[in-house]
Amino acid sequence: MKEAKVIELDEVAIRFSGDSGDGMQLTGTLFSDASALLGNDISTFPDYPSEIRAPQGTVGGVSGFQVQFGRKAIHTPGDFAHVLVAMNPAAVKANAKFMNPGGTIIFDSDAFNEKNFKKAGFTTDDPFTECNLLDYNKIPVPITTLTQESLRDLGLDNKSILRSKNMLALGLVCWIFNRPLDYIEEYLKTKFAKKPLVVESNLRVLHAGYNYGNNLQHTTPQYMVNPATIEPGIYRNINGNQATGWGLIAAAEKAGLELFVGSYPITPATEILQTLAERKDLGVKSFQAEDEIAGIATAIGAAFAGDLAVTTTSGPGFALKSEAIGLAVMAELPLVIVNVQRGGPSTGLPTKTEQSDLLQALYGRNGESPVVVLAASTPSDCFWYAFKAAKIALERMVPVVLLTDGFLGNGSEPWKLPTMAELPEIKPRIAKDASTFKPYKRDEETLAREWAFPGMDGFQHRIGGLEKNIAGTVSHDPENHQKNTDIRKAKVDRVVSLVPDLEVCGDESGDVLLVGWGGTYGHMLSTLRELRQEGKNVSLAHFNYIMPLPSNVNEVFSRFKKIIVCELNLGQFASYLRDKVPGFTYHQYNKVQGLPFTVKELKSAVTKLLEE
Amino acid sequence: MNEIKYTVKDFKSENEVRWCPGCGDYAIMNAVQRTMADMNLKHEQYAVISGIGCSSRFPYYMSTYGFHTIHGRATAIASGVKCANPDLNVWVITGDGDGMAIGGNHFIHLIRRNIDLNVILFNNKIYGLTKGQYSPTTDRGFKTKTSPFGTIEEPFVPGQLVIGARGNFFARTIDTNLKLSQEVFAEAAKHKGTSVVEVLQNCVIFNDGIHNQITDSEYRLERQLVLRHGEPMIFGNDQNKGLMSVRGKLKVVTIGENGVTLDDILVHDAHDPDPSLHLALVNMQLPDFPVVFGVIRDVEAPVYDHEMVKQINAIKQSSPIKNVDNMLHSGNTWVVEDNGNGKTSGELCKKLR
Repeated sequence: MKEAKVIELDEVAIRFSGDSGDGMQLTGTLFSDASALLGNDISTFPDYPSEIRAPQGTVGGVSGFQVQFGRKAIHTPGDFAHVLVAMNPAAVKANAKFMNPGGTIIFDSDAFNEKNFKKAGFTTDDPFTECNLLDYNKIPVPITTLTQESLRDLGLDNKSILRSKNMLALGLVCWIFNRPLDYIEEYLKTKFAKKPLVVESNLRVLHAGYNYGNNLQHTTPQYMVNPATIEPGIYRNINGNQATGWGLIAAAEKAGLELFVGSYPITPATEILQTLAERKDLGVKSFQAEDEIAGIATAIGAAFAGDLAVTTTSGPGFALKSEAIGLAVMAELPLVIVNVQRGGPSTGLPTKTEQSDLLQALYGRNGESPVVVLAASTPSDCFWYAFKAAKIALERMVPVVLLTDGFLGNGSEPWKLPTMAELPEIKPRIAKDASTFKPYKRDEETLAREWAFPGMDGFQHRIGGLEKNIAGTVSHDPENHQKNTDIRKAKVDRVVSLVPDLEVCGDESGDVLLVGWGGTYGHMLSTLRELRQEGKNVSLAHFNYIMPLPSNVNEVFSRFKKIIVCELNLGQFASYLRDKVPGFTYHQYNKVQGLPFTVKELKSAVTKLLEE
Repeated sequence: MNEIKYTVKDFKSENEVRWCPGCGDYAIMNAVQRTMADMNLKHEQYAVISGIGCSSRFPYYMSTYGFHTIHGRATAIASGVKCANPDLNVWVITGDGDGMAIGGNHFIHLIRRNIDLNVILFNNKIYGLTKGQYSPTTDRGFKTKTSPFGTIEEPFVPGQLVIGARGNFFARTIDTNLKLSQEVFAEAAKHKGTSVVEVLQNCVIFNDGIHNQITDSEYRLERQLVLRHGEPMIFGNDQNKGLMSVRGKLKVVTIGENGVTLDDILVHDAHDPDPSLHLALVNMQLPDFPVVFGVIRDVEAPVYDHEMVKQINAIKQSSPIKNVDNMLHSGNTWVVEDNGNGKTSGELCKKLR
């Protein structure tokens, strides 16, 4: 027997791809979790179609899941996959452009037939040549036949048998990447505890795949990716939507309030509502509203009545909520609005990522209607920024918009668990003295009003969308409107005292400063790391606080010769900076394809700028 | 608990009431204030939520907690108030434009959920605040500023919508009948679940006299049938007219004519879960029938806010997760030991803490 070839790598990206009914998301998730448990740092990104079950075998129906794992800190799911697992020809077609040159393609040879070539739109019987994938290591595996063989005597119908195909692929990939199967076995046993036959069939197929790899070792290399050096602690995998939900729950506990969420299901934000709906044990009141407007309206009602109130949505839903956000601005109620951005305008690209709702968040309302705007930058830090959004809302009596995006919401990474004890205090501005209470009496420093809600004796008052004087009486007085408009603006500006200074990654001054915001952080950081390894004099300033901006932005920017603002839109943050931090030339790198940046394209944009 | 004693005055705010002189809203507010004063509930437990329209200025004139919100959303905002604090007594003030047009969706979904709110729907069949355009309850063919040649659409009948949305409480009253209004408001407040009270209200400026055919003292008794649970459905100047069910349809009959006796007259059962007769009563129109007032439907059903609290309490009891720390450590976690290789996370710029 030949010795297996073992290749040691720092990082590997694998893309699992098949029909949207093939179970690729589960396969990818299980593989990622097993890798994280081995001590690799990971970053994942599901890439799925907006149709739930597009016609089988077509390119439109391909669902993918990419995971990058490594022995170093991993900040992105990888620009290009080293290994593609393709369950059918359509998966090859859909993913050819995401392959690393010279990578490995493992495919179900049973599914590579004339019928499926046609469905995928190939005109010949050689999809690899058609996709220009000649210099790749192609490993045909009869996944369907092997699955059928290993379940032959279980008495299952063919449909049930084929449902386990993904486990064969998973077992094989686990062998190739040297992952033990115990975690996955445990998962299957727990998940299907009540269906022993399902456990049995899945385990059999999983092992069949693993053993197949073992027997195949003369043709395929085995990869070793050693554990990363990671800060000691207790970890879990978390995606951005779950982290957002948990951050809000943590804020409610810290503030001593009950959490109310009023939301309407919308891709890719729905999972936040689901995460919160699961937490009745922590007293979360989740209200699935009849529409986006009712989502925010119920939340505003809950804020009026003393709950930490939240509504979660994506771009089109955010647009519907605009008028009600204005009411929260006018009534000066604490409210968190989460927008998990997706491709727009209109229905756009519901399952894809983009950063094109920035200006909508900042300005998309009637009247002078300032709100605080924050943006999370990694799946796990959605927890922190959701927490922080709630803290600002409650302490400053102001609506806060938290921007995440589809890439963060669906992407996952290992997260070192914090403890509640280490989270900062949240002190809601609950009114205490009825004798001096007035609805619009303000703290001199922060300009925040006090919060008194029904049930509190002696604080009875009326508020609403009409302009008011300090006592809450309707006022059309011109000077009063000017004064209150100025105050609402200043109140948001003064949130800057809760905003940490902008930090620079890399040298404190130099040739080029990369500027990014929100969900592009991982790609920006990887770009920075690679450019600096090549000896380039670049640094990164990544923004999480958009409105108000940190107070030292001007000072940071002035230490660099050139600034390039990179974002997944046509330049919304760049224009905002031109307005708010004038006096600099802002170069731009923009992309609007519904996809995250690639490190490769960012590097080439920055390199070009360095050479100019 | 000691009886809490309030008077109407305790529910009036210091704000000057600015409805048009002679507006029906004054009488409705008076009835609401009297109802609250009689309810034996602490003053701070009341919240009055309104949308946009003439009637929606209501909260400013009340001394309770109040929220004058945005057009059409009062029902949704009040739903949030009630969920945040189910102990509150929450009143929604809306109109035929606010509740039936822009807020129609929230209106039917509130009713479907059966959240314990008291909704007062001021129906004057016109947009008053924008000065005289037709509303979703304006009669077909009626001329207004936006229907100069008459409307070409069918109006909603609010009671039909309530019953169609599987509502459990519907009552109808009229601004000029303070006593009846107070009576049905009290019933609405007592009912657990969404209570909708339609008040036929007169807009003196833009639709004066719209309900005159029903309200004029000359023929009021002939044209109004006030229902009370357990009592026969009789009306008329001589209280000798009544409703019978003939082959599944309602029919107006006269007691003493054609052998009809009081025993033949239908007895009102507001608590009947079957809504078919309630619907027929709601649909009755002039000139063939009198218009029905009073509590038409009042049926017990699961209440959203009660169910919400019950579910949360049950799951709090059974779940091992008692706080956020428990939640963070639930499911799959793993421990990374200190392997002395340094820390990669130092590379991440920690901006928050």
